[in-house]
Amino acid sequence: MYFTVSGEKISRARYKQLVNAQKNRRELIAAQLGRRDFLNMGLLTGAGYLVAKSGLSVHAESFMHRGQPASPPVRPFIEPLPIMPIKKKVPPGRLRPRPRVNPNTAAGEGRTIPHQAFNIFRPKVFYEVHQRATQVSVSPDLPIQTLWGFDGVVPGPTYVAEYGEPVLVRNFNDLPPLGQNGGFGLPSVTTHLHNGHTPSESDGGPCMFFERGQWYDQHYPNVLAGILSTHPGHGDINEAMSTLWYHDHRVDFTAQSTYKGLVGFYLLFNEFDTGKENKGFHLPNFPEYDIPLVFADKVFDEDGILFFDLFNLDGIIGDTFTVNGVVQPFFEVEPRRYRFRLLDVGPSRFFDFFLTDLDDLNKHNPFWVIANDGNLLPKPVQVENVRIGVAERVDVIIDFREFRGKSVYLENRVLQVDGRGPTGTILPAGQGNLLMRFDVSSRPVHDRSVDPDTMPSFYALPDTTAQPRIVRTFKFDRLNGQWSINGQFVSCEDNRVRIKKNSVEHWVLQNLSGDWQHPIHIHLEEHQILSRQRLPVDPVERGRKDVTRLTENEVVNLFFRFRDFTGTYPLHCHNTVHEDHAMMLLWEVVEEGEDNNIVP
Amino acid sequence: MVNQTRRKLLALPLIAPFAGGILANAFHSPSAPDNINDKASLAAREKIRKRFFPNVALRTHEDKEVRFYDDLIKGKVVMINVMYAECEGICPGVTANLVKVQKLLGDRVGRDVFMYSMTLKPETDTTEVLRHYMKMYGVGPGWTYLTGKPEDVELLRQKLGFTNLDPELDEDSSQHIGNVRYGNEPFMLWAACPAQVSATWIYESVSWVMQPGQNRAKSKV
Repeated sequence: MYFTVSGEKISRARYKQLVNAQKNRRELIAAQLGRRDFLNMGLLTGAGYLVAKSGLSVHAESFMHRGQPASPPVRPFIEPLPIMPIKKKVPPGRLRPRPRVNPNTAAGEGRTIPHQAFNIFRPKVFYEVHQRATQVSVSPDLPIQTLWGFDGVVPGPTYVAEYGEPVLVRNFNDLPPLGQNGGFGLPSVTTHLHNGHTPSESDGGPCMFFERGQWYDQHYPNVLAGILSTHPGHGDINEAMSTLWYHDHRVDFTAQSTYKGLVGFYLLFNEFDTGKENKGFHLPNFPEYDIPLVFADKVFDEDGILFFDLFNLDGIIGDTFTVNGVVQPFFEVEPRRYRFRLLDVGPSRFFDFFLTDLDDLNKHNPFWVIANDGNLLPKPVQVENVRIGVAERVDVIIDFREFRGKSVYLENRVLQVDGRGPTGTILPAGQGNLLMRFDVSSRPVHDRSVDPDTMPSFYALPDTTAQPRIVRTFKFDRLNGQWSINGQFVSCEDNRVRIKKNSVEHWVLQNLSGDWQHPIHIHLEEHQILSRQRLPVDPVERGRKDVTRLTENEVVNLFFRFRDFTGTYPLHCHNTVHEDHAMMLLWEVVEEGEDNNIVP
Repeated sequence: MVNQTRRKLLALPLIAPFAGGILANAFHSPSAPDNINDKASLAAREKIRKRFFPNVALRTHEDKEVRFYDDLIKGKVVMINVMYAECEGICPGVTANLVKVQKLLGDRVGRDVFMYSMTLKPETDTTEVLRHYMKMYGVGPGWTYLTGKPEDVELLRQKLGFTNLDPELDEDSSQHIGNVRYGNEPFMLWAACPAQVSATWIYESVSWVMQPGQNRAKSKV
């Protein structure tokens, strides 16, 4: 009889597979990816210059006998950081035909389910967005190329929303016809508002896609969880969210479409997180000192055109890094505190962010994490680095006063070579991926934002002592090269879990896939991590989450309340390649008819 | 909801002839659609061919020699999986399931969509063995079984990503990748779904690359 470290009884073949995976990983690190190899490969250039034909991808190619090209060389730090434009509202009453509860199929709406909360939270703010092909410059060293963007912007425009102001977005699919995708991407979409407490029909789930030429009205109530249940009238202020994002979620094609540009930020303010440093929590002023940052890794082919590995099942790891859509930008900052909202859009890479001063590599450069997955922590947590997987966010406060007149870099120092997840290797300072450079001016400036060192309090953590109605277990595994949950694969045909509305559940996520890591995302409600079996819960994880990283052989126990809305939502791995290769299931919140399936 | 979903699924084969009608228009000829001849699209298509579709010679179960790209992929909607006749793991279930998919697709198989199963053990899976295997499972016309020189089969396995990152698992045929690649070559659409999911779900997945306008949300009401 064989057992995993978590006590799971497994077959001999499975045990062998686990041992092999472990052994292989050790070999990979020891034999293939020692520090010397990296030096030989020319990857350790302090300036972060990517050298042609000596990147990780070549290495991977020799190892895998297949795979992706090495990106052409591009000069880092020659372009300023682009800031995504703020999405402009449409005056109320302007949208034609008028938004309504029932789907307007005759007028080309792709929605098929009536809005469940339209008349409870009547939309006050209206937007119209068009998904379309667009010509983009990622670097002056690469050709102008065709990507897909919301309103033709990559990443898409930033929505700035307020609690208490329900939003309606009319979302148009104006993507090019079949056959004109430039090599990858299906012009069939569904836009998920990630972390939104959103009625299911507006959630942008994987199976609610609509086609080219259609549109879809998405209703975002912008309400606190609990508003129709545990905290009637207002909702639970301790469930307030700040940093949401939106992205395509089309089943089987999410990696392609998000990689191609269909991502953007959605920020949510209230009377505490005001966006003004003289009010509420006194966080740095938006937008001057509150900066959303989209991190992605890409591969470009021999002609400098964005390359997507169509036949990769494991995860796509790029060798070229972009921030807000351009290669390794620089950003001029003042010597004061800034709030940065860091988002990893993948497709598959984990980032471990450090601040690096190339003139003093031994120096420790702490900063503050104030929010995890867009939700403010009870108090700031001081760190020297913070790790996120795909779709996770951290909001950080960086104080540039001590770098007055200098440059400092945001650097990813965790080594990752394939879709398995990060290796155990933290690269030395200056030898990781320099993602962007901050150029700090020396002029004196005002800073009325709160000093995290004074330990301000934000929101308290919602209570997690309530008795769960049921404890369910979800086992994440690899079966014949595909990604499974409880031995099954995604399908839009069935909802595998029926949850009673407004009930409490514990969900145990268990990683059976050896040394593969999975950032697991669950829609509708935030969760809290009650425990991890192998690793302690990191201080920055002691908050409200919507993505929990399932590390090697890990078991995590999550607390959930499924409140206020009904309908279908997914649970899935947010390594978008795993997600597209079946590591997803649908569950449903029901008024009645809940099930008691503990291993759905 | 579940009941309605089931009802909808049962209805699928009935709407298939209609869908076939649409398809016949879109794919009157199996060559590339005429309207896609802009330089960028042609260049992108050519890159995919060069990178992923080596034009190696294979042998069909009918003992005909074919070229992988020219004869099997070019201008076509395809489904590709790997197997071997002696496989006792997932293969029997997968093959039986794909037979169901073939029935759902009806006479479009071999015309609008081409099904391919490539052996991972070409040394033992001769064309005769493959014919026997097909007969055993009731594989219908329009679905081609393929063998070839071991090095060519291996090259295709690598190129199409029927591979495992773990070298030991990768060499173990019994652990082979159990999905169906589905794609539309001229439209540059490629994806995959597990071969063990329901036949109706595989059928629906393949339909996404065949024709626009299948709004999934409709069936979830």
